[in-house]
Amino acid sequence: MKSAKFDYVVANTVAEAAASLTSAGASAAIIAGGQSLVPMLNLRVAAVDLLVDISGIEELKTTRETPAGLLIGALITHADIEDGKIPDLFGGLLRDVAAGISYRAIRNYGTIGGSVALADPAADWPVCLMALGADVCIAAGETTRSQPIATFIQGQYTTALDKNEIVVGLDVPRPDAQFSWGFRKVVRKSGAFADSIAVVVQRDGNVSVALGGAVPRPFLLAATARQLGDGKTSDGALRAAITQDLTAQMSQADAYLMRLHTSTILHAVREMRSR
Amino acid sequence: MKPVTVELNGAKVGHQVEPRETLADFLRERCRLTATHLGCEHGACGSCTVLVNGKATRSCLRLAVMCDGCAVQTLEGFRDDRVMEVLRRHFHESHALQCGFCTPGMLVMARDILLRLPRPDAQSVRKQLSGQICRCTGYANIITAVVAAGREIGNADGA
Repeated sequence: MKSAKFDYVVANTVAEAAASLTSAGASAAIIAGGQSLVPMLNLRVAAVDLLVDISGIEELKTTRETPAGLLIGALITHADIEDGKIPDLFGGLLRDVAAGISYRAIRNYGTIGGSVALADPAADWPVCLMALGADVCIAAGETTRSQPIATFIQGQYTTALDKNEIVVGLDVPRPDAQFSWGFRKVVRKSGAFADSIAVVVQRDGNVSVALGGAVPRPFLLAATARQLGDGKTSDGALRAAITQDLTAQMSQADAYLMRLHTSTILHAVREMRSR
Repeated sequence: MKPVTVELNGAKVGHQVEPRETLADFLRERCRLTATHLGCEHGACGSCTVLVNGKATRSCLRLAVMCDGCAVQTLEGFRDDRVMEVLRRHFHESHALQCGFCTPGMLVMARDILLRLPRPDAQSVRKQLSGQICRCTGYANIITAVVAAGREIGNADGA
């Protein structure tokens, strides 16, 4: 459980981080909280020649409300969100999700930007942010861009990040007054990665449903969302829509997994409706 | 090798480290402080929990080089800590340890819980401690000890 050798450099600005990534040889990685990367290095399922430490970049620790929504700095930790240190525009959804991630000792250092950039198939933030329609803010030195998280995450530990790009924040659109949400996660033991995790949100008359833990990347359930947006959907029609969405993504799903994910989604829907 | 200086249990300590060296190895091998135990070395067991800048963290998941300039507190640094004194006594009285391997992490985390959540009930302690693995006590006595310590401190504080 010891990592192979690597070199290490501290980046004091986003531009410095990009420059280090650009000039690096074969493999370089950004480290922020390191709560996933360090165990992966220790287990030697990941290997790098260079770690670029961005944990001291102050501008990535700020969160601000804009007319359009909430810009969450990439270095905001799960514990920051759990403790209410960023504005709560989403009726407690972010706090609830944050408090359920792993354990407090992990949440103290694990960051929201790191979770998105790593793109673990069962991680909490990608599912939640996908349901919320968030954009990922990305910088490569002086140039910046943003991309919807639904296209940013491309597969298991695979994202649309270029070699010299880093995630600098998450831009989450502001909810309307009727905003409501439901969140359900099934884990083998408290704090473990999810076997199944669903987030359902309703805003501006539309519903979106995101599911993680099922396939290599979290996904939005379009038919299910349409049924829920209808308002008058029957239980049978809703179940049929969930089955349609699940089978479209999971060709190999067995009866247990179909029931598991269906149940997770239905619990999240029930929670949203009861709010 | 990179120079790392930390304020370790209140005293400045500096060593040269390899970038891949974890804080846990730094504490045990370079600083010779062996209360911090290493169980799994990948963040699953919680035995190596310490405080970095006052926040509970797993020292096997922190690179020593990233702790340069930080304040680090290990179990050895809690000798005169009021909450830890109460916890130690209740761990003793409730028989909250058998082999003792997980105990340093249990104590550091239990102290963190009591500071964040005054007078926690058993259910809350069970959830908050779920990241700390003990392979011999069955947890019941550990939870009893933490709840009792929380109650004693709460009573003393009039909470």
